[in-house]
Amino acid sequence: MINLAYRDIADGFGRYLATALGLGLLIGVTLTMAGVFRGMVDDGKALLRASRADIWVVQQDTLGPFAEPSSLPDEMRRGLLALPGVARAGNVAYLTMEVSDQGRSVRILLAGYEPGAGGGPEYLVAGRPILRPHYELVADERTGFALGDRIHIKRHDYTVVGLTRGLRSPAGDPVVFLPLKDAQQIQFLKDNDAIFREKRRLAGNPLFNPPSNPALLAAIEANQFANHRVNAVLVRVLPGYDAHAVAAEIERWLRLTAYTDEQMTTILIGQLIAMASRQIGLFLAILTLVSTAIIALTIYSMTQTKLKEIAVLKLIGTPNRLIAGMILQEALGLGFIGFIVGKLAVTYWAPLFPKHIVMLPCDTLSAAGVTLVICVLASLAGIRGALRVPPASAIGG
Amino acid sequence: MGSAAIRVENLSKTYGHGDSAVRALKRASLEVQPGEVVGLLGASGSGKTTLLQCIGAIIDPSGGRIRLDGKTVYDNGWKTTDRRALRRDHIGFIFQRPYLVPFLDALENVALLPMLQGRSDAKARRRALELLTRLGIADRATMRIEQLSGGQQQRVAIARALANRPPVILADEPTAPLDSHRALSVMSLLYEVARDFGTAIIVVTHDENIIPLFQRLYRLRDGVLREEAGEGRPIFPETRGV
Repeated sequence: MINLAYRDIADGFGRYLATALGLGLLIGVTLTMAGVFRGMVDDGKALLRASRADIWVVQQDTLGPFAEPSSLPDEMRRGLLALPGVARAGNVAYLTMEVSDQGRSVRILLAGYEPGAGGGPEYLVAGRPILRPHYELVADERTGFALGDRIHIKRHDYTVVGLTRGLRSPAGDPVVFLPLKDAQQIQFLKDNDAIFREKRRLAGNPLFNPPSNPALLAAIEANQFANHRVNAVLVRVLPGYDAHAVAAEIERWLRLTAYTDEQMTTILIGQLIAMASRQIGLFLAILTLVSTAIIALTIYSMTQTKLKEIAVLKLIGTPNRLIAGMILQEALGLGFIGFIVGKLAVTYWAPLFPKHIVMLPCDTLSAAGVTLVICVLASLAGIRGALRVPPASAIGG
Repeated sequence: MGSAAIRVENLSKTYGHGDSAVRALKRASLEVQPGEVVGLLGASGSGKTTLLQCIGAIIDPSGGRIRLDGKTVYDNGWKTTDRRALRRDHIGFIFQRPYLVPFLDALENVALLPMLQGRSDAKARRRALELLTRLGIADRATMRIEQLSGGQQQRVAIARALANRPPVILADEPTAPLDSHRALSVMSLLYEVARDFGTAIIVVTHDENIIPLFQRLYRLRDGVLREEAGEGRPIFPETRGV
């Protein structure tokens, strides 16, 4: 038996292919939206994974450094180490900022950490870890920095000594690691004019600069311009200890807020990314509806242009199943080509996006399934139209 | 009388109900013998197409009887549940325009019917090629429909109508879009088909040029069918193959 769908497609292959390509780009956009969401989740998790912390200790009653400002003194680390169950505690400071490299502006998340105490990069793809206490950094390769580059940040130049991969903030900015002290200085260091104005204000205040005690002003200035605050302390728990129990002890004795890694993930994914997730979910739903409408209209239009031929086919005795099968096969063909085009498009254009795009195999399979279902549903309108054509319409007029 | 390929007795068809009812056919009767070509004339709206659709098992008559090839297919109700199969196996249709399936080539357009009847692809294609050869367009068998001239397309349509060796062909103004030479060529073909295959053919027409060709004519006026004698003028050989 002649395959009517195949012959019809072959007859107008150019138009059919153009339609499928257009549909493929639409599917590509839909897949990209899903990939952007997965990328955000992946970025958030990657940073948490890299921190290798069991507990995140943050300023009391705050949600931690990624959700809202959190500031606590760095000496809290010593108090944490004294608590039972704490194996290791490391201060970290995070700061999002723009830096310039060879005339190019890059938005980055600066992550200051104490080498050996956690919070640094999980692995390097090039170079070496930070070994010196100052002016070295390890950057995610998405920054575009190369080994040996000297990056000017605030008052100092930092040498890129290592490169890492796949580490971005939940906002998609590549992470740059550097020693904690440097990060603290970058975060809190004021410019010279501001320091001068502040010193003059302190010196002019008799309470801070009494003639009877000239050492007081120096002590106040030292306290004012030195920075010993961090955004969080990352804690590793000793084997055999329950992270939840240790976190409860930290909150009880140190009057800080402590989140287990699991809770921090929930905050990051469930709250920070929730809005974006809803937005992307809505986009996905709209795109799916638009795709369905376009496929349905395309199939319906393709059927409408053949109504006379379909009437003749029915008149000469072609069974409905052959006519319906032809329309269904054409719809599935459109979906199949469209899906392949969409998947290829995402694969090739994903690296061009500033946002990290992650396509999981399960998402690809789901998209293929949804495309299949859409095509079947979309073909129903065309099939219905075709089956309603009376064979009598082939005769007369 | 028992040998008639088409026998229609007291066929009526009414559209609508009550005051808005339109009686398109009023107890129409006709008979066509195997190998005979008869004309069906009438003004627009006189009921020609309705009669053709009733005989072709496309629409339901309101009453009467239809016998095709000696079998009663309608007697105040259809005698078959599968009218599509009845059309496929017993009736060939030829239209004003060829209405060929544009995405199939000439051979496939003709072979489709035997395939639908369940014949193997090879047998169906062989049968189609025989018919195209018989109609003088075998050399166009693998051509796309759009590459064929209007006359060649009409020949393919005739070949398709003959593909399942139907005892009956219903032709709905087959010469309407053609000039007089081509119209005569098509009629010549229909006469040959009737003679060679013993097919009974009803030709609905308005074409003044071909009306003199029929030996017997039926004329419909306001749903009433009457038989008239035709001139039966012969078709000159030079009109063949135009």
